[in-house]
Amino acid sequence: MTTTIAPPRRRHRTRSGLGGPLQGWLYAAPTAVFVALLFIVPLVVVFQMSASDWPLLGGNRGVNLPDNYVDAVGHRLFWDSIRFTLLYTVITTVILIALGLGLALLVQESTRWKGFLRTAFLVPSALGLASASLLFYVLYSPIAGPFADLMNSWGITFLGSPSGALWSTIFLIVWRYAGFYMLLMLVGLQGIPDDVYEAARIDGASRWQTFRDVTVPLLRPTFALTTIMCVTGSLLAFEQFYILTKGGPDNSTLTVVQLIYNVAFQGQNSLGIAGAISVLVLAALIIINIFQLRAFRRPEES
Amino acid sequence: MSSQTLTRALVAPNARPTAPRHRSTAKRLVYGIPYWVFTTALAVIFLYPLIWTGVSSVSPMAGTSQTDGWGFGNYAALGDYQAGIWVYLWNTLFLALLTVVLTLTISLLGGYAFARFRFPGKNALFLLVLAILMVPYATLLIPLYVILNAVGLQNSLVGVALVVTMFQLPFSMFMMRISFESVPRELDEAALVDGCSSWGALWRVMLPAVKPGMITVGLFAFLTAWNDFFAPLILINDTNRMTLPLAVANLRGQVQGVVDYGATEAGVVVLALPCIVLFLILQRHYVRGFMSGAFKG
Repeated sequence: MTTTIAPPRRRHRTRSGLGGPLQGWLYAAPTAVFVALLFIVPLVVVFQMSASDWPLLGGNRGVNLPDNYVDAVGHRLFWDSIRFTLLYTVITTVILIALGLGLALLVQESTRWKGFLRTAFLVPSALGLASASLLFYVLYSPIAGPFADLMNSWGITFLGSPSGALWSTIFLIVWRYAGFYMLLMLVGLQGIPDDVYEAARIDGASRWQTFRDVTVPLLRPTFALTTIMCVTGSLLAFEQFYILTKGGPDNSTLTVVQLIYNVAFQGQNSLGIAGAISVLVLAALIIINIFQLRAFRRPEES
Repeated sequence: MSSQTLTRALVAPNARPTAPRHRSTAKRLVYGIPYWVFTTALAVIFLYPLIWTGVSSVSPMAGTSQTDGWGFGNYAALGDYQAGIWVYLWNTLFLALLTVVLTLTISLLGGYAFARFRFPGKNALFLLVLAILMVPYATLLIPLYVILNAVGLQNSLVGVALVVTMFQLPFSMFMMRISFESVPRELDEAALVDGCSSWGALWRVMLPAVKPGMITVGLFAFLTAWNDFFAPLILINDTNRMTLPLAVANLRGQVQGVVDYGATEAGVVVLALPCIVLFLILQRHYVRGFMSGAFKG
C-alpha cells in the first residue's frame, strides 16, 4: 500500500470499469433534460420574445424586430434605471468588500470571543433577502419602527427621499451580506502562508506595510471572486427595492430588473419590450464579466 | 530545528527569534479594551434588528395588531390573513421539500456521471450547467412564465420547484462532482469486482461516502426554495398557492394605505426562525465547508 505513489491516473473506460458511454449518459440524462427544457429553451424564447410583438395576454403576434429594441432604449426610464443600477452597484461593491475584509481581519484568530463575533456577523446572511427586506421595512417605519419617535420629532423619513431610500437599502444589503463577504475574505486570508508574514516581520515591516504590501496583493484572487460576485449580484438587484421602495420615490430607485418586471407585468404588459431589455442586460453582463476577469488576470500574465 | 528556522537563520542572521510575543497583562488591556468595545458595538449593530423584531412581534405597539399587553396578537392576525398562515406555511414547505428531492436526485446522478464516466458531450453539458450562473434570474423568468403556461405548470408550486431546482444546479452539481471525485476510486472498483453493477456501487458504496456533500446541497436547496421570492412572484397568482415570503410581502397592500406592521413582523419571525436555527445547528459544517477550500478561488 505504501508504494502506491501512483502514476497520474488516466480515466480509461477499461480502468474504471463502470460501463460504456451509454451508462454515463443515463446518469446524466436528468441533468441534460433539466438544462435543455428549463435553461436552453427559455434562453431561445427570450431572444424570440425580444424580436416579437408579444403582449402579456394573447400570445405572440409576429415579428416586430427593430421596434422592441428601439422602444426599450427609448423608454423614458431606461437610462435612469441603468444609471441608478450602476451607482448602486459601485457603492455596495466598495462597501461590502472593504467591510468584509475589515471584519475578517478583526476576527481572524480563533478565540472564543472572536468565534462569537463571527457568528454574530454571519447570522443575518441566514435570512432570505425578502425576509431581511421585510424586516427593515418595519424597522424603517415611521409608525412601528424603533426610530418612529425620533423620526417624527426630527422630521426624518428613511425611505421618503431619493437619497434616503438609496442609503437605507444599502444599509440593509450591507447588514445582510457583510458576514458572507467576511467569510470569503477569511478563506482568502487563510490561504496566505504564514512564512510570508514572518519574512515581512523579519524585514521590519510595520503592521500597515505588511497589510499593504503582503496581505492585499496576495488576496488578489479573493478580491477577484468577491468583486465579480458582488457586481453581478448588485446589477441584478430586485427584491430589496421591490419590497422597500417599489422603485420610488419618483422612480428614483428603479433598478434595471425592476424595470423589466414593470414593463412585463405592470402597466405596459409587453413581453416583447421586456425581452429586449433582458437581452441587452444579458449582453451587458457578459461583457462586464469578461472585462472583470481580464482586469483581475492581467498582472499574473505579464 | 525546522527548515524554516534554518532558512531564517541563514537569510537574516540578525533577526530576533520569532517566538510568539507575550504581552504583559497591562499592555494587553490597553490594546484589548478599544478592540473589545468596538467589536461589541459592531455585534450589537448586527444582532439588534433580529432581536428587536423578535421582541416587538410579541409586545404591544402602535400600528400593530398587538396593541395592549404582551402576547401573540400579531401572529393571530397573520393567521387570519387571506388563506391563513397554515396554508402558506404548507405551500412553502411543500415547495422547499420538492426542491430538495429534485435537486438531490439530479445532482446525485449527474455528479456520479461527471465524476466517474466518460461519455460524449460530457464537458459541454457541464459547461452548460455552469453557464446558468452567467444568466440572470430575471431574464429567464419571463420566458419560463410563458413556457410553464404552455405546459399547464404556470400558477403551480411544482413549476416553481422546477425553476428553483434549475437555478440550484450549478452549485449542487459542482458540489456533488467534487464529493464523488474525493472518494477513492478503489472503493467502487472493489464493489465492481465483487459483482456490483454501477447502480449497485452508487447505491451501496458511494452513497454513504458522499453524504456530507448531499447534506450541504440539500441545506442550500431548502434555504433557497424556502426564501425564494422572485419565482413565486412571477409564476404564482392564485392567493391559495402563494408562498410565505410572498404572502408576508403582500400584507402591505391588504388595505389601501394601511400596513399591518405587527403581522409583517410575525411573518418575518416565522420566515427567519427555521433558517437561523438551521444555520446555528449546521454553522460548524457550513463554515468548515467554505474554509476547507471548496471555494478557494
